[in-house]
Amino acid sequence: MELITIILSGILIGSAVYMMLSKSVLRIIIGTALLSHGVHLMLLTMGQLKRGNIPVLDEEVSNYSDPLPQALILTAIVIAFALTAYILVLALRSYRELGTDDVEQMKGVPHDD
Amino acid sequence: MKNTLKKAGYNKVQKQMNDVFLQFTAKLVFFIVIMFSFNLFFAGHYTPGGGFVGGLLAAAALILLLIAYDRKTLESMVPIDFRLVITIGLVFAAGIPTLSFLFGTPFFTHQHTYVEIPVFGEVALHSAVLFDIGVFLTVAATALLIIVLVGEADE
Amino acid sequence: MALIHLAILLPLIAAIAIGVIYRYYKRLHLGWFVLPVPLIIVIYLLTLVPRVSSNQLIYESLAIMPRIGMNFDVYIDGLGLLFAILISGIGALVVLYSIGYLSHREDLGSFYVYLLMFMSAMLGVVLNDNVLMLYLFWELTSISSFLLIAFWFMKERSLYGAQKSMLITMGGGFLMLGGFILLYIMTGTFSIREMLNQVAAIQESPLAPLAVVLILFGAFTKSAQFPFYIWLPDAMEAPTPVSAYLHSATMVKAGIYLVARLTPLFAFSELWVWIILLGGLITMAWASFNAIRKDDLKAVLAFSTVSQLGLIMSLLGLGALSVVTGANEEYFSIAVVAAVFHLINHATFKGALFMVTGIVDHEAGTRSLKKLGGLLTVMPVSFTLTLITALSMAGLPPFNGFLSKELFLEAMIHVGDANFSALADVAFIFPLLAIVGSIFTFIYSILLIYGVFFGKRTYDTPKEPHEAPALMLISPAILTVLVLVFGFFPNVLSGTIIDSAAMSIMASDTPLETHLYMWHGFANPALWATVFIVITGTLLFYFRDKWMFIYDYHKDRFTLNYLYDQGLIYSRFGSRKITDSYMSGFIRSYLVYIFLFFIVMGILTLLNTGIRISFDDMAPVGIHEMAVVLIILVSIAVILGTKSRMVSIIMLGAIGFSMSLFFVFFRAADLALTQLAIETVTTALFLVCFYHLPKNSRHQERMRFKLTNFLVSLGVALIVIIIGLTAYSNRLFDRISEFHIENVYELAAGGNMVNVILVDFRGFDTLFETLVFGIAGIGIYSLMKLRLNRKDGNNEEHAEESRI
Repeated sequence: MELITIILSGILIGSAVYMMLSKSVLRIIIGTALLSHGVHLMLLTMGQLKRGNIPVLDEEVSNYSDPLPQALILTAIVIAFALTAYILVLALRSYRELGTDDVEQMKGVPHDD
Repeated sequence: MKNTLKKAGYNKVQKQMNDVFLQFTAKLVFFIVIMFSFNLFFAGHYTPGGGFVGGLLAAAALILLLIAYDRKTLESMVPIDFRLVITIGLVFAAGIPTLSFLFGTPFFTHQHTYVEIPVFGEVALHSAVLFDIGVFLTVAATALLIIVLVGEADE
Repeated sequence: MALIHLAILLPLIAAIAIGVIYRYYKRLHLGWFVLPVPLIIVIYLLTLVPRVSSNQLIYESLAIMPRIGMNFDVYIDGLGLLFAILISGIGALVVLYSIGYLSHREDLGSFYVYLLMFMSAMLGVVLNDNVLMLYLFWELTSISSFLLIAFWFMKERSLYGAQKSMLITMGGGFLMLGGFILLYIMTGTFSIREMLNQVAAIQESPLAPLAVVLILFGAFTKSAQFPFYIWLPDAMEAPTPVSAYLHSATMVKAGIYLVARLTPLFAFSELWVWIILLGGLITMAWASFNAIRKDDLKAVLAFSTVSQLGLIMSLLGLGALSVVTGANEEYFSIAVVAAVFHLINHATFKGALFMVTGIVDHEAGTRSLKKLGGLLTVMPVSFTLTLITALSMAGLPPFNGFLSKELFLEAMIHVGDANFSALADVAFIFPLLAIVGSIFTFIYSILLIYGVFFGKRTYDTPKEPHEAPALMLISPAILTVLVLVFGFFPNVLSGTIIDSAAMSIMASDTPLETHLYMWHGFANPALWATVFIVITGTLLFYFRDKWMFIYDYHKDRFTLNYLYDQGLIYSRFGSRKITDSYMSGFIRSYLVYIFLFFIVMGILTLLNTGIRISFDDMAPVGIHEMAVVLIILVSIAVILGTKSRMVSIIMLGAIGFSMSLFFVFFRAADLALTQLAIETVTTALFLVCFYHLPKNSRHQERMRFKLTNFLVSLGVALIVIIIGLTAYSNRLFDRISEFHIENVYELAAGGNMVNVILVDFRGFDTLFETLVFGIAGIGIYSLMKLRLNRKDGNNEEHAEESRI
């Protein structure tokens, strides 16, 4: 199973990179979201999969699955949401101000002071 | 919100928005979701849940109201400035760990104790809950603020 | 947490209250609310004096980050207490003075908040045993100084001075941190007291000279020693109470404090003694020489402060000899006593002089010596105060300045007696520099009195001068009274605080039993030196028109200021050139740089270590899991191929929900819940944003463009997969989470490990994450509320649109 999830996360990250390199802002945003999914999956896999119970204390259970990656991912999920929301709004505002969603056209003139 | 969807090409929105059934269900579901979010929040220390999930669900419940009604109605239902809530949340999150100095322990050392309350029996008191309240408030208020702001952008 | 910790942090806590008061209550001057804070602290500290002078030192520890040895350890000995009393005592007087000086129209809230912040920081510096905390507070003083200098931020000179002071003192502070880390490497502790037990280890270490140089960078920049003094004159753009407080009485003495505190550690080092002794003396002579040609009263005082700081610094350099050669060497213990005594004296007379200058500026509207003159009859009280304090500064009896100046001269004359390095060979240079410096000190002191109060009334001042209100005169008057008291009864100080401070500088336990008195008999060479200084000084002052031309040879081009300005311009120019060379403005190029670097580094590492992958330890694969994997793969393919934004967002949602299914399969209940909630909110957010974004989510891309992207992303994917497999196959150490699993109930009294890790074991992550979240919220708020006002026609439309 771990082999599959690692490859899957590789594919997720690779396609995220492809999306992020394109010109449209919306595709870049989707790319970052994909990237975070890939990283979460990778982190979870590093703690080994399906080896124990859910990490909630129980008298009858002795082996738990690794809680640390889960805690890290939980933090990462929320941060990823904040990031997505922020760049989404940034894209929205810049589209309104600049009238384009093409990042190459957003560059504008270089400042010369 | 209405305008947003309408201008985006969803012409039937107007009709749906006045749908009594939707509004009634939304109210009902709102209470269920918000209760569930509180439950998740308080049970978080012993069973799955916690400040993040609780906060997000609370935000989701309010977003439901926002979709069923509109921003003005939501404001009259929940007359709170979300920026203030974010501030309070951050103060909680940053202030509670500092209080551990008063106990002579390093930064971020939580205190906990058990208290006997007549009706409820033994209740655990934990300063981590206070810290989690900060997380809850910040997450809930920020998520809501974002949606509300983007929603009102075209009004 | 002990009372003394609270005393240090009290100003910071008060600052919050002050900010609130200022917002809602403006009838009474804000200073009256601030005044009790330093008063309470100084009273509390004075009660500690008997304890400290009977050699019972106070040590209170407060663990902040015990793992890395960063603790808020308050350690109070004579030296720390002396500084703390100076800080809070002068602080109280300055606050009182500022009530008269600053009017209601100024931004009093910011002023007092900065001032209180500085007070806390400074107390933290001098009462700390832990060098890391000391550094923290040290930089906090720099920041508050920066803010206070730039208080009148509409003036360009203020901004220039603020930036200069920050660049120089913070650069020095940063180097000092390096010195502290070297000390830690040598001794294995951040505590100054524990370092003192390991002087031998420092003595043997080859790193010691480097540590000396780095730490002295910090001390010299902060205390405005040659050649770093250039920031202090420019810092005089600050309001006068600030100059009196930060830039003469307290903050600039932090460097002196540091040198004094570390003297027992480094006294063995020749480098330490030479740099401090010579650096101090050169600073003293050079700054007093330069003070004379200044026209601005505050500039004169600034140079005078630099010169006096140099004097104290050089005395400490001599004092270091007493640690090496033993405290019995009379003259070197005298040097230490003189340093401590002059520290107090300087705070009293210079504080008073600054305040009087502020009064003159306030009442006459100018500080230019050319425009002032003949104010004796108009401002008699100010004149009296200036006369006493300036003569004390000049080193004339019967004021306190005379006492410490005489000790200074005595110590400098006897430098040759030292059996240390090559000191005896060049012994003539020390008294020479000392006397030259003293002569110029005498001249500018007289110039201050003469230039403002005597001579012809110019009637050239912007305001009609008159005597200041009593409120402003109280503080300088108190300081002047202290000048007299310490002059006539110096042993009030010597028994109580000077001895214990000098003992902590020399790290000795034997009481000094210092007895200060004015008359040492005719045989004392220092007396003749003083007589010589007064006579020469008077002559030079009288004939000053004849020799002032020598200043003209000192061209602007050769000054340190010129060097600093040019350096600033060129570094700005250079950094822009470098930045422009790779910042093309295309986000794609940056991303390609990053990913290519990642790929290259990955390949290099793989070539270096080889691939070691094993497929042994894998969990079984279930059908339902494969179904989810398939869903994700299909969704990715659709996202990559589709042109419709709607479809891609729905597919993104599908991936998100599949992820939460994964979390369910892999026994991560918290994650599944959170992912579900997040995915719902995110989808809502995307839908809300829909209207504003263009319908088509793709742009025309050429084949070559696509191919590069494809290759880069393929490379990244492969490297990620290989890294993941290698990391999974080679477990180099045990799981950290065993600790969390075992201790979740005992230490944290919780059941849900993930949540306990979040709020307790790794609470810092969550704290900062919450901060990030809050910042994102505020950022989005300001983005949405931002209204750009464009003037040109093209953008009129958008501006119009965004206003609706």
